[in-house]
Amino acid sequence: MWLFILRRVASTVPVMLIVAVVIFAMLRLTPGDPAVVIAGDQATAEQIARIRASLGLDLPIHEQFVTWIVHILQGDLGTSIFTNMPVSTLIGQRLEPTMMLTLTTVIFSVSVAVPLGVWAAWRAGTWTDRLIMMFSVLGFSFPVFVLGYLLIYQFGLTLKWLPTQGYKSPFTDPLGFASTIVMPTITLGMIYIALVTRITRASVLEVLGEDYIRTARAKGQVERKVLFRHALKNAAVPIATIIGIGIALLIGGAVVTETVFNIPGLGRLVVDAILRRDYPIIQGLILVFSFTYIIINMLIDIAYTMLDPRIRY
Amino acid sequence: MTEASTQPVLEISHLSVALPSSGDRRHAVIDLSLTIQPGEIVCVVGESGSGKSVTAQAIMGLLPKGQLVAERGTIALQGEDVLKASPDRLREWRGTRMAMIFQEPMTALNPVLTVGDQIAEMLAIHTDLTAAEQRARVLEMMQAVHLPDVERMIDCYPHQLSGGQRQRIMIAQALILDPALLIADEPTTALDVTTQAQILKLIKEMQERRGTGVLFITHDFGVVADIADRVVVMQHGNLVESGTRDEVLLAPKRPYTQMLIASVPSLVPPHREPVSGPVALQTINLGKTYQGTGGFLDKERVVKAADQVNLILRRGETLGVVGESGSGKSTVARCIARLIDPSEGQILLDGLDIAHLPEKTLRPHRRHVQVIFQDPFRSLNPRRTVGQSIIEGPMNFGLSENEALSRARDLMGLVGLSPDALSRFPHQFSGGQRQRISIARALAMQPHVLIADEAVSALDVSVQAQVLALLDDVRKRFDLALLFITHDLRVAAQICDRIMVMQKGKVVEEGATRTLFANPQHTYTKALFDAAPGHDFTKR
Repeated sequence: MWLFILRRVASTVPVMLIVAVVIFAMLRLTPGDPAVVIAGDQATAEQIARIRASLGLDLPIHEQFVTWIVHILQGDLGTSIFTNMPVSTLIGQRLEPTMMLTLTTVIFSVSVAVPLGVWAAWRAGTWTDRLIMMFSVLGFSFPVFVLGYLLIYQFGLTLKWLPTQGYKSPFTDPLGFASTIVMPTITLGMIYIALVTRITRASVLEVLGEDYIRTARAKGQVERKVLFRHALKNAAVPIATIIGIGIALLIGGAVVTETVFNIPGLGRLVVDAILRRDYPIIQGLILVFSFTYIIINMLIDIAYTMLDPRIRY
Repeated sequence: MTEASTQPVLEISHLSVALPSSGDRRHAVIDLSLTIQPGEIVCVVGESGSGKSVTAQAIMGLLPKGQLVAERGTIALQGEDVLKASPDRLREWRGTRMAMIFQEPMTALNPVLTVGDQIAEMLAIHTDLTAAEQRARVLEMMQAVHLPDVERMIDCYPHQLSGGQRQRIMIAQALILDPALLIADEPTTALDVTTQAQILKLIKEMQERRGTGVLFITHDFGVVADIADRVVVMQHGNLVESGTRDEVLLAPKRPYTQMLIASVPSLVPPHREPVSGPVALQTINLGKTYQGTGGFLDKERVVKAADQVNLILRRGETLGVVGESGSGKSTVARCIARLIDPSEGQILLDGLDIAHLPEKTLRPHRRHVQVIFQDPFRSLNPRRTVGQSIIEGPMNFGLSENEALSRARDLMGLVGLSPDALSRFPHQFSGGQRQRISIARALAMQPHVLIADEAVSALDVSVQAQVLALLDDVRKRFDLALLFITHDLRVAAQICDRIMVMQKGKVVEEGATRTLFANPQHTYTKALFDAAPGHDFTKR
């Protein structure tokens, strides 16, 4: 078991390296000189040369790559072209809100969606099932920003229960965090709940037809335990997969949600950086997102082996 | 059970179970009455669709909701009617008063829970024992069903155990609370014959020791002969005949029972002339080795699935390859059909070595070797008509659609189906009919060698007899070389000219069927014969 985890962790290194090469190449191989792009239309040849030197673009390509990797390993992701602040600092500042929002969304969505999906599967073909599935279709098709503004209107403006905007850190202001995070979590979680509910329903439904479910009932087991002890654990692999894939979706959804609720997270940083063509930031963000995704994938793989003893790599 | 005061464990009277209105008949079980006394084994025998499994489900209160309904009758379990019991009461009885074991021990156990946990679950549901007490009881029970190394095995998952061990776990789980009634639904059908013999012995031993009443569902008269006190024969939901084992097996009164018993192939092979046709197929030192792909830090595992297999098969001859699961008999068949690539040795097809031909040069030879697979429900593409499935092969080898269709029509007649079957889909046919279609599909290629890989194992015995007769007929008619893979010695005895016995990838014995059955040499062959269920009964 530990050996497997060790191997799985080790195997992320080459993947991360490949990702790094691709990201590096993306910037170097785009048509035109990045220094020219960075410097803008009215730059003199001198300015361009200075930028080129500051970016290390005058060095041979393999040397550039090595310096770049070494810098990354030291936590140096370059400097923002516009704010002149280190990219790592910028990302660091914005990381917490996004991570917190993702975390609360995942916890909230999974704890709503999985029981809902199991319930729908158990009651397959009945009105309960149809209602849950209808709700799930709605969750898919309801645009994030519409839901966000509806929530703000209802709970923020009309009922005045919750603040409409902003973010408070849970480490300094737990109550403030709780009140500001509720609506973004629901907003961002909706599509995720819809997705996970559907997959849970489908995969539990399949498992419910298995022989060992009949065995469990023949033992006199109560329905709740038949569902959650016997069925759910067997259905867990596809569910875990979709939860993992969904996290990538959340990162996309977070951009919109953070804009609607004015949360200073990575999503906002992405938008700003793209609008201003701040290449070092974009590069840094892609790197952070990719690595996060690789790590999530690794965690899912490890989770598989815990969920299903037959899976060994 | 001689005492008058003894209450029957189970008393079913006038039970009728209705099928959904969309079905082809109205009832799955009609007016069934049967009684099981303590310490008695009652075998319910019948072919698929006889209602035997539905009866078991009705007793357990496990009829699929909304699909099957017990309309009439009573099922008295120790005097109390199961059909009138509340869901909670019923749950209480399951495991304590009645327990069930199933056909397929792999799928009947939960793959993600340890076997110990699954046995202990019985105790957790129905008793107040602490975790430590539960574990002790489970270990004790695992020892009682003769599992080895129980201290280690209790924490294993089902996939780490063999089929026989898994069925022992099921039995331990079913009997741990000493139920009065054990329902066994085809508990040995999925097992090898030597394992089957052990499991039957175990069920008998446990049942005698505890005085359990057993309802034993099976389609196999050999098993009935070995285990039953009384026998109930069912057909289309009706009780056809019932009586003591000897009454039913030795002097069946009803034509259906007589037909069923007559369909059981005898273990005594008929006389067969040696075949002297030209050699169609020969393998020389054929071998297939599987190497586990151990990544880095992992040791490689090497499994020799087939090892130094030499066989000769002549035109017009049937060679049986007999062995238990894992013996390598299917591996050999798949190598010969080049569905998998052999690791070493030669495969001479009409004199040409095809063992290592690349796919491109091999292709023209593929039509000469055709395979009929075990499960006719899965070997035909459900989304293509029977006609499309049959003509696809010949058209790949240059026949026009019309030529291929006319050949397919002829073949339909030959295998005993009507030509308009060609425009229908596989799900519209029964298992036996589908196997006939599979045979027609193979014959459409006009092969020299036909491989039947457990081709009749999934069929009911009456259907099995017909399909065997058909196979023998086409062998004669087309002068085919037939390689017949089976685990069933009775079937092998009836159809094969020669037999090859395989164990762990190696051929341990080979010879003319009659000689081999009369005087087996190898200890493994002898063990196989001894384990064949009901061998005393049919030799009588």
